[in-house]
Amino acid sequence: LMGGTGNSPCASCKLLRRRCTKDCIFAPYFPSDDPNKFAIAHKVFGASNISKMLQELPVHQRADAVSSLVYEANARVRDPVYGCVGAISYLQNQVSQLQMQLAVAQTEILCIQMQQDQQITLPTTPLLFDEDDEKSFLLQNNLPQFLNFTPFNNSVNCDSFKKGTLYGHDMVS
Amino acid sequence: MNSTRCAACKHLRRRCPSTCIFSPYFPSNNPRRFQYVHKIYGASNVGKILKDLPENYRAEAANSLYYEAYCRIKDPVYGCVGIITILHQQIHNVQCQLAGIQAEIAALSTQSQNEDNQYQQTLIAPTLIQQNGVPNYTSYYDIPTWFD
Repeated sequence: LMGGTGNSPCASCKLLRRRCTKDCIFAPYFPSDDPNKFAIAHKVFGASNISKMLQELPVHQRADAVSSLVYEANARVRDPVYGCVGAISYLQNQVSQLQMQLAVAQTEILCIQMQQDQQITLPTTPLLFDEDDEKSFLLQNNLPQFLNFTPFNNSVNCDSFKKGTLYGHDMVS
Repeated sequence: MNSTRCAACKHLRRRCPSTCIFSPYFPSNNPRRFQYVHKIYGASNVGKILKDLPENYRAEAANSLYYEAYCRIKDPVYGCVGIITILHQQIHNVQCQLAGIQAEIAALSTQSQNEDNQYQQTLIAPTLIQQNGVPNYTSYYDIPTWFD
């Protein structure tokens, strides 16, 4: 008696070389046409731990749980030291950098607005100054310097952790 | 053999040899650390991951395994992948805000540039003052040279 799709055992039972029953906990999530998915999850977590984790979840949440476990397992195989935590560090750093850029841009816009508020009323007739008056006039109405910012160049290419590769559907369901 | 067993060997109820792979990273004073990684990964898998790494990377690996196990226990559906999703959303939100402000800066800078040009044009063609005994003040209005 075979579970999984059609008559073939699911990928888990194939790898574990056991009978795939009709109520096999792995079958809905590890179809036989994608053996690597279970192989990698089993390598990192172990079949028994995956089974225990799925049993503790309501059925409607198991698909997402499997997807996130497979994602974590892939990350761990790719980076045995940091796994997903490497991605989290990278993304947290990106958030900090962007928030800094945002703060800087907000300051810049305030400077521009202040500068525009302080602009001198354009004279319609020429005014007579002596040299000292002219200098103090300039000092009192000196324009603030524009701040120069170097945009943050992120040289780290971390395509595998970009949003599009996480799931085929919205995680929050 | 260690006189005090590490948290892993205590949990697994076995003796803790001096070459125990777990003992440097799972000290006996923090039993929860090993309990979490054991629950999610299993002792055998953790041991394999650590053994396959050079010794100087094992502490970081043990820490990241603990962090991921902790996240998975707190959120059994998404684990630390939930945190990654939230971070992606935060990045997207901040990028949108930044793009908005940068567009505003560009617009204000263009407006300011146009006003500067109008101002300079007004000043470059001032009314000439007669030269008899009265100095020509037109040079004071040549703003670009003031800032050179």
